[in-house]
Amino acid sequence: MAETLAGSHGWRTDLAAYRAVLGSRMKAQRSYRVSFAVDLASSLLVGVVELAEVWVLFRAVDRIGGLDLAQILLVFGLADLCFSLADLSFGHCDRMPSYVRTGTLDVLYLRPQPLLLQLITSDISLRRLARAVVGLTALVAGLVLTDVPWSAGAVLLLGVALVSGYVIFASSFVSAAGLQFFVINGAEMTNAYVYGGRYAASQPASVWGRPLKVVFGFFFPMAFTAYLPVVTLLGLPGSEWLPPWLGWCAPVAAVWSVLFAGLCWRAGVRHYQGGGG
Amino acid sequence: MSTIIETRALTREFRVRDGVRRRRVRAVIDLDLRVEAGEAVGYIGANGAGKSTTIKMLTGILVPTSGSARTCGREPVRERRQLAREIGVVFGQRSQLWWDLPVRDSFRLLAAIHGLAADRAKSRSAELVERLEIGEFLTTPVRQLSLGQRMRAELAAALLHSPRLVILDEPTIGLDVLSKQRLREFLIAERREQGTTLMLTTHDMGDVERLCDRILVVDHGKLAYDGTLAGLSRTVGAQRVLVVDLDRPTPDLVGIRNTRHLSSEGDGLRQELAFDSEATTAAQVLAAVTAQAGVVDLAIREPDIEDVVRRIYAASRTGQ
Amino acid sequence: MRRLLIAHLLLVAAGFREQSRYRLAALGGLVANATFGLLKVAILFATVEAAGGELAGYDAATMSAYIWISQGMLGSVNLMGRVDIAERIRTGDVTVDFLRPLDVHTAMIAHELGRSLFSLLPRGVPSVLIGALLVGMATPDSPAAYALGAVSLLLAMVLSAATVYLVAAAGFWIVETRGVQLLYMVVAGFLAGLFVPLWLFPGWLQGIALATPFPAMLMFPTDILSGRTTGLDAVELVGAQLLWLTAVIAVGQLMTRRGRRHLEVQGG
Repeated sequence: MAETLAGSHGWRTDLAAYRAVLGSRMKAQRSYRVSFAVDLASSLLVGVVELAEVWVLFRAVDRIGGLDLAQILLVFGLADLCFSLADLSFGHCDRMPSYVRTGTLDVLYLRPQPLLLQLITSDISLRRLARAVVGLTALVAGLVLTDVPWSAGAVLLLGVALVSGYVIFASSFVSAAGLQFFVINGAEMTNAYVYGGRYAASQPASVWGRPLKVVFGFFFPMAFTAYLPVVTLLGLPGSEWLPPWLGWCAPVAAVWSVLFAGLCWRAGVRHYQGGGG
Repeated sequence: MSTIIETRALTREFRVRDGVRRRRVRAVIDLDLRVEAGEAVGYIGANGAGKSTTIKMLTGILVPTSGSARTCGREPVRERRQLAREIGVVFGQRSQLWWDLPVRDSFRLLAAIHGLAADRAKSRSAELVERLEIGEFLTTPVRQLSLGQRMRAELAAALLHSPRLVILDEPTIGLDVLSKQRLREFLIAERREQGTTLMLTTHDMGDVERLCDRILVVDHGKLAYDGTLAGLSRTVGAQRVLVVDLDRPTPDLVGIRNTRHLSSEGDGLRQELAFDSEATTAAQVLAAVTAQAGVVDLAIREPDIEDVVRRIYAASRTGQ
Repeated sequence: MRRLLIAHLLLVAAGFREQSRYRLAALGGLVANATFGLLKVAILFATVEAAGGELAGYDAATMSAYIWISQGMLGSVNLMGRVDIAERIRTGDVTVDFLRPLDVHTAMIAHELGRSLFSLLPRGVPSVLIGALLVGMATPDSPAAYALGAVSLLLAMVLSAATVYLVAAAGFWIVETRGVQLLYMVVAGFLAGLFVPLWLFPGWLQGIALATPFPAMLMFPTDILSGRTTGLDAVELVGAQLLWLTAVIAVGQLMTRRGRRHLEVQGG
């Protein structure tokens, strides 16, 4: 009778498993050097183009939604940096419907790790780093060009915003994957709030009407990733339903996003497995 | 814990959209099954009979609509992760390997995933590579492998963590004769040495004959037969048929031991003899025929799985 | 000659029918459309307001029209750079197509045109309806303007198919066409004026954009259909579209012939 192994089970072996898989994906990506360089370049270009879209608008007039060009740079930089980093680590989750269609998802059930963690650690998009550089550059430029009242609190707020923004965007990828269990070809529907959300996150939420504020202000809390923290940071006036101190509540928005993503994922998996009727 | 698989009244229904209405399809109905450690079970049935659905319920992929299943003493859905360490599955259509990586890298990744100690992983891996003759394509990316090579690699991948139960879903489909033979011999040896329990779904009677000592026949979700292969042949009367072309018109070749004369064509130029593969072999029958007449050409017809299943189902329906 | 024309019309119909099968994706696309459209309305209206109600020839009503018409055209104008024939060209399978009596180049354009025409139904019409009913938007003020707008729309769809063909045709020579396609995808939308109207760009950036066929695919028909550009100016835009179309098709023909020869020399 065969023994199964002479090591320990538990989170340490799981961690080693995730590292092994991610490491092999990174190696594989870097090994196709020309293709990788092309990907990096196009990723960088995407970031530049998105920045250009914002820049063109904000140089046509003085202020939009209470923000000037330097300030919107800060918002854009924060939002795009967080999105790029989240896309890097979670972006491939949108492959899940194709896994379901080919039956490859079933293979994940045969491995001793949780399903979602396997999906998340199954790949990493290194090329997004180039786009993250654009976001970082815009962020730094924004910090330099605006009148930031520097203090420990300001640094803390920025840190909180960065982490919360990353979590909010990452959660949107996960919830999209979960929802797509229900609507197999419905990628465009989830794209509406994943990529629409990224677009919304780099806007001044003060220009939104009430319906948009409900959708992208609170339900998919994109305004909390960048705009609201910047308003709080720079001491700008608030707008309807969005008081100026709301930036500090970014962690709350992040927690809500995680809960929502978890719900969507569990509902999706249960639907796939046919449990619960 | 010596009962490896145990199901009680296992049932699975699907709601299928049929045009506008929603139909309820029962893929598996009231399955009662018990497999002990070390057994080799062949699970046969027509397409859509419920084989894959049963396997998915045994491995924790699908939740049963009613009834229960226990695999290796565990509840498959709730204890999926622990169960994963004790079972290995080879899907014919889906791959467990990483498509763009060399086979060796896939083995290394799986060793890490199953938390195998480095030395054990290496020795087990080497053993599997040698016995399945994977060495020649160990560094080839999986997507460049032939089907036969890929199946051997999949089998090694499934056995890397020395599971107690190995489930194979159509493993020899599309393989050439030599590859099938090699795969079967390996499985037989593995069972003998490690005591691994084997569960095999297949369309290939050859697999069933050479690998399994117990057969389950499922038809439209219901278990229609559970017993030995000999019993199956006897119950069903489905036999292999030797078709001989003779050099001159010959009277019907009745009276050859363990055969049944089925038909004669062309005034006895071509004759069909059904024989019981438990009692005799094609070679023996041929020898007996050549003793009586000159054989110009011959062919062997295998019993069709669908045919066997249909007969089983008909037999069970009429209560024989 | 007539038979060729009929063959191409049949291809258009085939493309139309093929696209009609993607129904669920169409619904999802509508949701995405509405989302981006509403977000654009919010930011662009605020921009126009900040400029005092008029910006580069746009007021709120024409800006709204720009948003919903361009969003509606997204399904009919290929800004992704990806097209089926690209794979066939890259792998050399297209040699089979060369054996047929139809010009591979024009056949592809006809087929894509069919698909673009269909996409106007699930995407174009609802977008314009949302714009008109939910937000309010400007419309052309004369039947002539509608007619010209329709012509411009048709030209835009053909031009987009012809331009994407060039990307695919690169595959006759380059193995990794992914780079070209990615580049196309990144810049096409921006230079076509998808997210921000072209006329808001600084002069030098406008110049760069107008040196490409992209504005002719989206910006020009949108301007005519929104009523922002009228009369002789509108005719000028259509003229520019025709010029681009001629140029792009000429290049496409050249690339196809050279490419075919290249494949034959290589051994397909």
